Amino acid sequence: MNTVIFRTIAPFLTALMILFSIFVLLRGHNEPGGGFIGGLIAVSALAIYGIACGVQPVRRAIRFHPMSISAFGLLMSCLSGLPSMLTGVGFMKAHWIEPEIFGVDLALSTVMVFDIGVYFVVVGSITSIALALEEREDD
Amino acid sequence: MALFGVDDTVVAVLAPFAAALFAPAVVRKLKHNAAWVLAVVPAIIFLHLCRYVGAVSSGETFTEGFSWVPAYGVNFTFYLDGLSVLFAMIISGIGTLIILYAGGYMKGHAQQGRFISFLLLFMGSMLGVVTANNLITLFIFWELTSITSFLLIGFDHLRVASRRAAMQALVVTGGGGLALLAGVLMIISASGQSELSDVLTTGDTLRNSALYAPILIMILGGAFTKSAQFPFHFWLPNAMEAPTPVSAFLHSATMVKAGVYLLMRLNPVMGDTMAWEIILPLFGGFTLIMGTVLALRQTDLKLMLAYTTVASLGLLVMLTGAGTEAALEGAAIYLFAHALFKGSLFMMAGCIDHEAGTRDVTKLGGLRKAMPITFAAAVLAALSMSGLPPFIGFVAKEVLYDGTWDAGLIITLVALVGNVLMMATALGVAFKPFLGEPVETPKHAHEGPVLLWLGPLTLAVLGLLAALAVGWTGPALLGPMAGAISGEPNHGDFHLIPAHIGAPLFLSLVTMALGAAVYFRLEYAREKVDRLITAIGWGPDRGFDQLITLIVKIAGKVTTYAQPGRMQTYMSTVFIIVAAGLLIPMFGFGELPSLPGMPGFTFYEWLVLSLVVIGIVAVLAARTRLIAIVSLGIQGFAVAVIYMLFGAPDLSFTQFMVETLSVVILALVMTRLNLTAKDNRPFRETVPHMVIAAAVGLGFGLLLMAVTQVPFDARLSEFFAANSRAIAHGRNIVNVIIVDFRGFDTLGEISVVMVTGLAILALIRIRARGPKKPEDVSIGGPLQAVSDPVNEEAAR
Repeated sequence: MNTVIFRTIAPFLTALMILFSIFVLLRGHNEPGGGFIGGLIAVSALAIYGIACGVQPVRRAIRFHPMSISAFGLLMSCLSGLPSMLTGVGFMKAHWIEPEIFGVDLALSTVMVFDIGVYFVVVGSITSIALALEEREDD
Repeated sequence: MALFGVDDTVVAVLAPFAAALFAPAVVRKLKHNAAWVLAVVPAIIFLHLCRYVGAVSSGETFTEGFSWVPAYGVNFTFYLDGLSVLFAMIISGIGTLIILYAGGYMKGHAQQGRFISFLLLFMGSMLGVVTANNLITLFIFWELTSITSFLLIGFDHLRVASRRAAMQALVVTGGGGLALLAGVLMIISASGQSELSDVLTTGDTLRNSALYAPILIMILGGAFTKSAQFPFHFWLPNAMEAPTPVSAFLHSATMVKAGVYLLMRLNPVMGDTMAWEIILPLFGGFTLIMGTVLALRQTDLKLMLAYTTVASLGLLVMLTGAGTEAALEGAAIYLFAHALFKGSLFMMAGCIDHEAGTRDVTKLGGLRKAMPITFAAAVLAALSMSGLPPFIGFVAKEVLYDGTWDAGLIITLVALVGNVLMMATALGVAFKPFLGEPVETPKHAHEGPVLLWLGPLTLAVLGLLAALAVGWTGPALLGPMAGAISGEPNHGDFHLIPAHIGAPLFLSLVTMALGAAVYFRLEYAREKVDRLITAIGWGPDRGFDQLITLIVKIAGKVTTYAQPGRMQTYMSTVFIIVAAGLLIPMFGFGELPSLPGMPGFTFYEWLVLSLVVIGIVAVLAARTRLIAIVSLGIQGFAVAVIYMLFGAPDLSFTQFMVETLSVVILALVMTRLNLTAKDNRPFRETVPHMVIAAAVGLGFGLLLMAVTQVPFDARLSEFFAANSRAIAHGRNIVNVIIVDFRGFDTLGEISVVMVTGLAILALIRIRARGPKKPEDVSIGGPLQAVSDPVNEEAAR
């Protein structure tokens, strides 16, 4: 995969895809999308980057070990279920707040936090598998 | 009574766990003097329990705690009556002294903090066992005592003997715990109650239940393993590998009595049957005789005491099973007396070991001048153990002889022989090291620090005071306990001076005379027993090893058979089973779907369908593996387009991404596996694979057709459609289902995703290191399963 075109375009493609994945993640509640799909897009983005530029640059780019990202996502999803316990209803009952920021109604919810957690789990787990498979140095 | 809104007893049971958390830090700060601070926790628990004594002795009982999973009858509840209060007082009281003793005994040890922490953990677990009201809670604490015991026995984990003893204790008592769980579940099902306090009110329900026999077997399985009854006794002497504070606490005074506790606890609802009154005295009596005989043979102070502990536990089981009122009273007093004198004697043995450098009784002598306080404690405790007046052991023996006399001649004789031999060993332990000419010992013996002698002396003196004040201890402590065991109120009317001259007093005198006689011929008896045991040669201890070896061997065989380590075998097995699972029921039960009519597709739908077919043809026709994988992607994308056409954008979206990633990851795996670029299977292998593939495809096709032909139940989809916007504020039903309506499912799924990721990562890592050192791979281990196909493929 060492064509100059691919290597040149891959970082831009990756950045765009990551951006797109976040867009898909956030619009998921009302339009097609969500954490799972968004996560898969982000994994593809990282896979492209990895194939084009090698595994080490990807690891540097995402800073944390992908498995930590996955664990962080799982923690986030679990914690998103806790606020409902404080208000005395069952675990994971959705809570919504709709603050107005710069004149725009923004609907925030524990469900969204949960979905972001799903996104991280998918990104982390599958990226760690893909990267480990791509890594051939320590064979 | 409540603290922080939680009942005090709950706090009392959990307090040692909290203290265990801080123990290492406190020890790091204060060195061995931390014991003074940490001992405050059990001391407070002891004082807390003292507050119940008055009420409990007048027949009151207390239940405290909170509900946990009430839907399944699992609650975090505690029950206090005469039996549990006295037991808990023994645990916390002796526990206080043991913590102090551990401070002195392990002084300067690098891991002293961890040691005291484990002791506290055990103490909390044990308090939980004897006070738990809910049967499931009881089981949980029961297993916790097994685990903490494992940690303590194996504390000196660098020695092979410790590790083996720890493992053995865990296997035996943990296995018994599983039997207990089964027994407990059957009790819940037979009585309909999950709280002990409720079970105890069900009268004859359990005895008349059809499940009585299995319940009895399972409960005995739990109790006999924990309380070291024959043939499970062997783990207890081996557990003497643990540091002495552990032996004194767990393996004499508390944990090993958990099994006896369980039998006593259930006696009111399970006792008084033919089976109960035969099995318990039989095993208990045999264990008693065997334990005392084996104790004679030992020269190690701790082992002598350990075998007499086995014997004492046998005596307690026998008395619990004898069933007469006096026998149960005898069991109650003896249990109390035993905790005092055996705890004291173990600590005394530890003192000698610590100060003189050996605990082999043949290498000790004349220590009375060097260690006068220890000597005093030893004498007091040993006299109580021998059942001499004016000690609590004497009171116990009077009452228990009274009980056995009512129960029958055989039991009386067994008790007599057991007591005689026990007395001989007790005198041997207490006098041999101290009397006679001073002997050269590995260390120059002198009296230990206060932390070392405080515990044994206190317990030994208590054994004297409890007897002198039997007018108070009887009605306040021992009577209520005996009452809880028998299920009838008991006033605890015990006397130090025998109330009447009868069989018990006579038996006591015979015991003393014979016991003293055996003591003076101890060397001779030891030699005889030693010869006998050597002649038998085989014992359950060796049997345990043989059993474990056998299990490992069988497991190895099964594993090498079921896990041949060839990828092809795994895949073929999985797919053959899938195909069989799909096709056999359909053909067998005649549930084949009817052939659907020709659907009226538009031309572009036909186009996409033909793409699917083309993709499959491409896979089959591909010359190299890589091309085949990519061709598989064609088919996947076409399916995604079909989803799109039929109005499932989310599904289609996901399908696109999954296909892409599958191709990428499959391609990566292919390169990792060092496969040849082309598929070189010979024709005779390809044919069966084709058949399997076709069968799986046919199976899934037929299944999908059958599913779509079942009338569609629209209730759920209508509910989601109606409520997605209204309740969950989302227009995308699929996403709302995933994150909200079925959010809990998703939480489970993402956990699985993460764990699977971890597992795959681990496999890849092993694979990366595996081929370099194939000789390190042990038989049947997971390493081989992963590394082998690689070697085989590479070899081709």
